[in-house]
Amino acid sequence: MEVKRGIAVSPGVAIGPAMVLDAEGFRIPKRFVQEDAVVSEVRRLQHALDKARDEALANEKLLSDKLGGEYGAIFGAHAQMIADQKLRREIVALIEDHSFTPEYATSQVLRRYVKIFEASGPAAAAHVRDIFDVEQRILRHLLGEQREELSHLTSPVIVLAADLTPSETAGLDPKLVRAFATEEGGRTSHTAILAGALEIPAVVGLGRFLSEISGGDTVIIDGNRGLVVLNPDDKTLAEYQHTEEEFRHFEESLGALRDLPAETLDGERIALLGNIEFPDEAEHCLARGAEGIGLYRTEFLYLDSQRAPTEDEHFDAYRKVVQTMNGRPVVIRTLDLGADKLPGDLHPEERERNPFLGLRSLRLCLKHLDLFKTQLRAVLRASALGPVNIMFPLVSTLLELRHAKMIVADVMEDLDERGIPFARNIAMGIMIEVPSAVILADQFAAVADFFSLGTNDLIQYTLAVDRNNQSVANLFSAADPAVLRLIRMLIKSANRHNMPLSVCGEMSADPIYTLLLVGLGIRRLSVTPHSIPEIKKVVRSIRVSDAVKVCRKVMTIDNARDAVNYLRGEARKIIPELVG
Amino acid sequence: MDDDLVRRQLCVTNPEGLHARPAAKLVQLANQFQCEITLVRGSQRHDAKSIMDLMTLAAEQGSKLLLEARGCDAHVAADAIEKLFVEGLGDLDANPDDA
Repeated sequence: MEVKRGIAVSPGVAIGPAMVLDAEGFRIPKRFVQEDAVVSEVRRLQHALDKARDEALANEKLLSDKLGGEYGAIFGAHAQMIADQKLRREIVALIEDHSFTPEYATSQVLRRYVKIFEASGPAAAAHVRDIFDVEQRILRHLLGEQREELSHLTSPVIVLAADLTPSETAGLDPKLVRAFATEEGGRTSHTAILAGALEIPAVVGLGRFLSEISGGDTVIIDGNRGLVVLNPDDKTLAEYQHTEEEFRHFEESLGALRDLPAETLDGERIALLGNIEFPDEAEHCLARGAEGIGLYRTEFLYLDSQRAPTEDEHFDAYRKVVQTMNGRPVVIRTLDLGADKLPGDLHPEERERNPFLGLRSLRLCLKHLDLFKTQLRAVLRASALGPVNIMFPLVSTLLELRHAKMIVADVMEDLDERGIPFARNIAMGIMIEVPSAVILADQFAAVADFFSLGTNDLIQYTLAVDRNNQSVANLFSAADPAVLRLIRMLIKSANRHNMPLSVCGEMSADPIYTLLLVGLGIRRLSVTPHSIPEIKKVVRSIRVSDAVKVCRKVMTIDNARDAVNYLRGEARKIIPELVG
Repeated sequence: MDDDLVRRQLCVTNPEGLHARPAAKLVQLANQFQCEITLVRGSQRHDAKSIMDLMTLAAEQGSKLLLEARGCDAHVAADAIEKLFVEGLGDLDANPDDA
């Protein structure tokens, strides 16, 4: 049994057989063979190599006949690679010396070549594709029918991977993928956010661990505590089976809260809204009693294609959400990505040295007006179907906000000319996630219709910490006194100007901060759908008067660690089962 | 007796260097001979009968290589390989009849 500690990004517990994926998304099969099986495994390798070579030769002939010798020749080269005696010797050595399976040994040897080619200049790097092709061909013959891909699962698995791209994560079938864990990634990575959206337990940022597990081994993912247990012993397994059961029970009990108001014991109403990523999640929000969508992230529309999404693609997604929410407000945030994440033709001319301080989010939109206007047209069209608000991310100066509003006015004019309906009085608000926006909140209040506090970025930009960087992640804390003072400043300013203010960062979904936020004066929280019942339960268990006391006390603490410990203690007094 | 050692200076002339397809041609030819055939660049020695080994050589156009053939048919082998290099490793004369 081996226990690995990572970052918990999506709660729950799942137990099941491991499916191990490597960096390129190939499934890595079992790693080790019994020592007495080495001879037969080497034979199996030879057999697969022969078949793979024959297949490549057949391909060569087919292509040469069809298109000419120069096209077929590349498969001739592949056949030679597969039949290469040096390659074979290297693979066999790994099988004999380390009892590796032929599959694993083949991957290891070929990946070593990939590394060499990548390191020896652009001409050699072109070979990398050939090597992957050869690897796939050999593995196909080794694995035969056993080969299973993420997209063709037939039975439930726990996915373990070096990393999952957002689109791989989004493609996971929650019915068959019970949970996942990755070596890379941090709490605010896109993959982590998607895991929460899919509502499957997930742990990321575990560091290297895939070499310690074979496909098919039993794994436990503890998404509550950020643990992964490899090959658990009977006692641990029994404990977790019990936990799994209990967790389900607890979730069901939260479900009962759905139709009760989010109201403190002393009668103060707190609006609870949902943060969503996909249109389908609007249903999740309703099922948990959300009063609206406080943050609809639209980045997903941009991630999965070679081209920017069309106006109709935007519109279809927004329409679905607005119609599902049936009269409840929906805040659509415009594109919030760095240029590096966008389709090719929008890439920055030079690689940015500091992407987080670079051309991203609203700045990017203001530079690529076509892209921006396409999205705005769709948002405005959706505003004809129900209450929609526009929210601009990463606003750092007043000029940016004025510019963005001017573009909206342009688009409105366009729509008018074409006779397309939209809500003329659509509210336009901003994310407050850069310290400059807090400092100038009084001025922003005169131009924006609402504020939404994005705590993740505000913390990052205030403390100069990248939370995904393991070496400094411990400095990242919502309870840092500097961050809390900024939040207090913002609330005071919003109150002075009667500005609606909500909190939509992760801080709002963490039950240890609910008392503090309410004490500071926040009355509107937007959280991931699965956190709505939890936060509602906290709200219904506290008094504003107590929250104010807690808040006063926290403001006297001069460091994040003590503040978190204090807040955790206070939250535990109220709802022990919610606070780890 | 079998230990004839033949050395030749070679130059990679084809524009894309010794990439997969020309390497395959070279390996195919080298494997028709008994002798050991090695391509040397600096301190690196690469087996001309192994395509994987040749590809790691990453020889670009204009690279100078030393051919060493050792064995009973070393002379014939060296001649044939030199000829292949001079002809651009089959890359220069893409056969129009094939297209």
